[in-house]
Amino acid sequence: MNKLLKNREALLGLLIALMILAIGLVTPDFLLPSNLLEVYNDTSILIILALGQMLVILTRCIDLSVAANLALTGMVMAMLNSAYPGLPVPLLVLVGAGLGLLLGAFNGLLVWKLGIPAIVVTLGTMSIYRGVIFLLSDGAWVNAHEMSESFVAIPRSELLWIPVLSWVSLAMIGALYYFTRHRRLGREIYAAGNNPTAAFYTGIDVGRTQFIAFCISGLLAGLCGYLWVSRYAVAYVDVANGFELQVVAACVIGGISIMGGIGTVFGCVLGALFLGVINNALPVIGVSPFWQLAISGSVIVIAVIANSRAERRVGRIILKKAALQAN
Amino acid sequence: MDKIMQEPFDKQFESPLESAQAKPQVKPQVKPQLPRIGLSGRLRSWEFFLLLITAAVFLLNSLASPYFLDPWNLSDASFNFTEKAVIALPLAMLIICREIDLSVASIIALASVAMGFAAQSGFGTTLIVLIGIGVGGLCGLANGLLVTRFEIPSIVVTIGTMSLYRGITYILLGDDVLKAYPDGFDYFGQGYVYAMFSFEFVLFLVLAALFFVLLHRTNFGRRTYAIGNNPTAAFYSGIDVARHRLILFVLVGLLAGVASVMLTSRLGSTRPTIALGWELSIVTMVVLGGVNILGGSGTIAGVFIAVFLMGLVTFGLGLLNVPGIVMSIIIGAMLIGVIAMPILLKRFKQRRG
Repeated sequence: MNKLLKNREALLGLLIALMILAIGLVTPDFLLPSNLLEVYNDTSILIILALGQMLVILTRCIDLSVAANLALTGMVMAMLNSAYPGLPVPLLVLVGAGLGLLLGAFNGLLVWKLGIPAIVVTLGTMSIYRGVIFLLSDGAWVNAHEMSESFVAIPRSELLWIPVLSWVSLAMIGALYYFTRHRRLGREIYAAGNNPTAAFYTGIDVGRTQFIAFCISGLLAGLCGYLWVSRYAVAYVDVANGFELQVVAACVIGGISIMGGIGTVFGCVLGALFLGVINNALPVIGVSPFWQLAISGSVIVIAVIANSRAERRVGRIILKKAALQAN
Repeated sequence: MDKIMQEPFDKQFESPLESAQAKPQVKPQVKPQLPRIGLSGRLRSWEFFLLLITAAVFLLNSLASPYFLDPWNLSDASFNFTEKAVIALPLAMLIICREIDLSVASIIALASVAMGFAAQSGFGTTLIVLIGIGVGGLCGLANGLLVTRFEIPSIVVTIGTMSLYRGITYILLGDDVLKAYPDGFDYFGQGYVYAMFSFEFVLFLVLAALFFVLLHRTNFGRRTYAIGNNPTAAFYSGIDVARHRLILFVLVGLLAGVASVMLTSRLGSTRPTIALGWELSIVTMVVLGGVNILGGSGTIAGVFIAVFLMGLVTFGLGLLNVPGIVMSIIIGAMLIGVIAMPILLKRFKQRRG
């Protein structure tokens, strides 16, 4: 089982490498280390969000409100920054991450305490959070010149030749790896998603693990709110509109089972990188950006078909398979 | 047997979510549920609860704006939700069957593009309409085949095809507009059958009646509930679960095609962004109508009332000049609130005695 998963990740990694090489054949400049770093940097936000989404999906839930959460926290930070330019940026980031955590916790509470399915809750909060941005901003934009210099500069500033944005995503990958592999809570998340009944009888509060997964997803979305708004130096109502689908897609491509309990941090990162490479490569090899949506759509479909093959070998419904063979 | 399968009123006196909890909520039930029957059961039904809210919204609206009660205004307002409502009907059945289709809005767009090209190459109205519905059906078939042949959860498949179908419209159209529709084509979205009863509205009523019969009065409908309640048991009792789901996916696709005909005819043009984000409000309609998102329960009557409730809320707010994005807050809150309220009420009652 573990071997199989490792294989799958190696396969995905190989696929990405081949893809990069193929693009390199058309435009050799794509292979320059500086460009590859730039591709990674460009994918950083997607990676961070996908990591949060992974935890939620592992517990058999889904968080469709991440993009709206990101946009709302980003707008709040941008407005605070333009109103009080004196506020230190770390404090702002803390406020944003805290707000994101609260928004995530709201989702999680509804799922945990009221037992409303996650897809319903987050469909609802997705439009609520998006609407609140409009109420706060009155539909106005916060533009680059209204933001303080340090607010915009931090994610771009380089540390050891790599932008801070990339460092943040690397740190998150490390943290989530440690959390999912070596912390009790992380293991409980897998247990709760794999078999909720068994998890319950081993003393795990399944609802609570779901709540925690939502909190972490919200926290990361809040963090990304800052990264996104400062990177693009603009905040408006429709920031990252529809980005939640890319995030879910990254998880699916990375082999996170939507049925819960299966998936790893590295798979998730590779899934995000896969999309990131495609998004960055299309303009380079001269494909019209109009193709992007269809390509990521077909990639999702192909990925889930491949995943379904891999997962079926695990044999979840033995009886049904036997019956099918008997027929 | 008949009584068990005939879902509608008596079983649904609590929130639809409480009845078929397939969620990993493993808390043992301490209190046995007392069966409630007869009139009091009916008054506690989800549909009755919805009807009350709808009536309240209607009353509030007519108090808030003097223009609300005008029959022509109300008729105009129906255009805003009939196209979505037409898809909500088969989608309700699909969700009862434990599947979901998030690609419906993209199917509308793809079907609309197909019709636009057909119109451009000089096809007649009948053929254009058939092409629109046909493309919708094909999209539904593709969804259904992916879900049933590969046993992939439909939510992932349709998130994928949602981007795929929409993406194809972008590839085909770019930022162009198609608007060479023939003269008779505008009837489906702009025509009136009788006085202020629009073609769209009448078609919706007819379809609602058809789907009521299909879900509540035929074997097909009963199988839908059976699969939704327990797919494995349904499989062993001889129901071809995969084929049943496939048919439902095709039905959703076909009706998305119908909706596309109406919307394209009403707008008179096709852009790649047509019906963008509609899947959200359509799913909201279905869930608001008391269909359990986890499958197994729900009624056409509930969806029917929910359609009007959503229509009235958006129309009333529109009359009050509330911008669309603020409306989305209210609809989102409604979706969560309407589901949370019965659960909270029940908790409150249990705590008191």
